[in-house]
Amino acid sequence: MANSKGSVRAGNAKVMNRADLTRRLVAKLNGEEAVIGGIGNTNFDLWAAGQRPQNFYMLGSMGLAFPIALGVALAQPRRRVIALEGDGSLLMQLGCLSTIAALAPKNLGLLVMDNGVYQITGGQPTPAAASTDLVAVAQACGLADSAWAADEEDFERLVEASLSATAPSLIAARIDKEPAVATTHRDPVQIRARFMQGIGVRQ
Amino acid sequence: MASARQQQQSRDATWDAIVLRTLKVNGVKLVTYVPDRVLTPLIKGIHADAFFTCFPTAREEEAIGIVSGAWMGGVAGAVLMQTSGFATLPNVLASLVLPYQIPAIMLVSERGTLGEFNYGQALVCRTMRPVLDSLALEHHTITRLDELEFIADRSIKQAVATQAPVVLILSPLLTGGKVFKT
Repeated sequence: MANSKGSVRAGNAKVMNRADLTRRLVAKLNGEEAVIGGIGNTNFDLWAAGQRPQNFYMLGSMGLAFPIALGVALAQPRRRVIALEGDGSLLMQLGCLSTIAALAPKNLGLLVMDNGVYQITGGQPTPAAASTDLVAVAQACGLADSAWAADEEDFERLVEASLSATAPSLIAARIDKEPAVATTHRDPVQIRARFMQGIGVRQ
Repeated sequence: MASARQQQQSRDATWDAIVLRTLKVNGVKLVTYVPDRVLTPLIKGIHADAFFTCFPTAREEEAIGIVSGAWMGGVAGAVLMQTSGFATLPNVLASLVLPYQIPAIMLVSERGTLGEFNYGQALVCRTMRPVLDSLALEHHTITRLDELEFIADRSIKQAVATQAPVVLILSPLLTGGKVFKT
């Protein structure tokens, strides 16, 4: 599918694979971007895509990947910040889309991996699965630059656009129900310390 | 009649002016909040001061996420809320702030005591200190204007030095609280 933005809806976007898309995202980075991985499979696949010191892995606080990323983006306005979140997690904290739209940081990109289920707890459907379009929600919150990725090629194009955008953007990808390909090492202090070194705050 | 200098001195000695000054002295540049009527003068003062980046969030845990990210990015932050807002925080405190050792500064306007008129607020208030104690999270209740700067300043410094969060509970004895109007 060649057309990016506008014509792609949740219903006609291709169902892709989270680990594959995460690897495609990481391959587009130049090394300095901070990446915040939301709870569960989202950060597990980020971990599996290569353990960059600029990655932050969330082990709890479901729904806070976007707010954490906003904090990093405000603290370091010259660094590009990307947040990866699952659809169920985003549902817990939809209000953050309004906060981000109101502040409009120029260096923040948001990514939603949407499989319509709470995969890690057994694949129960989310309340949004049947009737809510998360891109439409984001647009209505004021994030005009929000789009479904039609396919892998479109996803890469949207990621490239996001990495040079001057307003916050949101990319949503429909994904399959494959489990994560690895598990993040669960050491919160080590995760924070490495991240702070990775983004130049600590020696 | 009070002189202009006396008026300025009395403005500088209000609880909100002291909190603002203490945040500033300690380089706490980011302030996020879910509002409370009692906090209004502090919120106004912080918004009016270009030193601060200050904005409201939809939920208190969102505010905690933002100051956690900002801290890791090199900027210290504080969250302002009321008692009922604190009651929404145990999950984020136990799964982000404490295990990742993030010195989040929380200022809680205390509702639910000393003249509360809303039964719900009174019950919520009773959960606050047991939750803080169960997490072994440092907290102080500030009741006196003459102790405010000492407690706030030392607590912020300790939070940063020990990489541990702190909650400063602003008692109605300090702020005047919110009173029932018939």
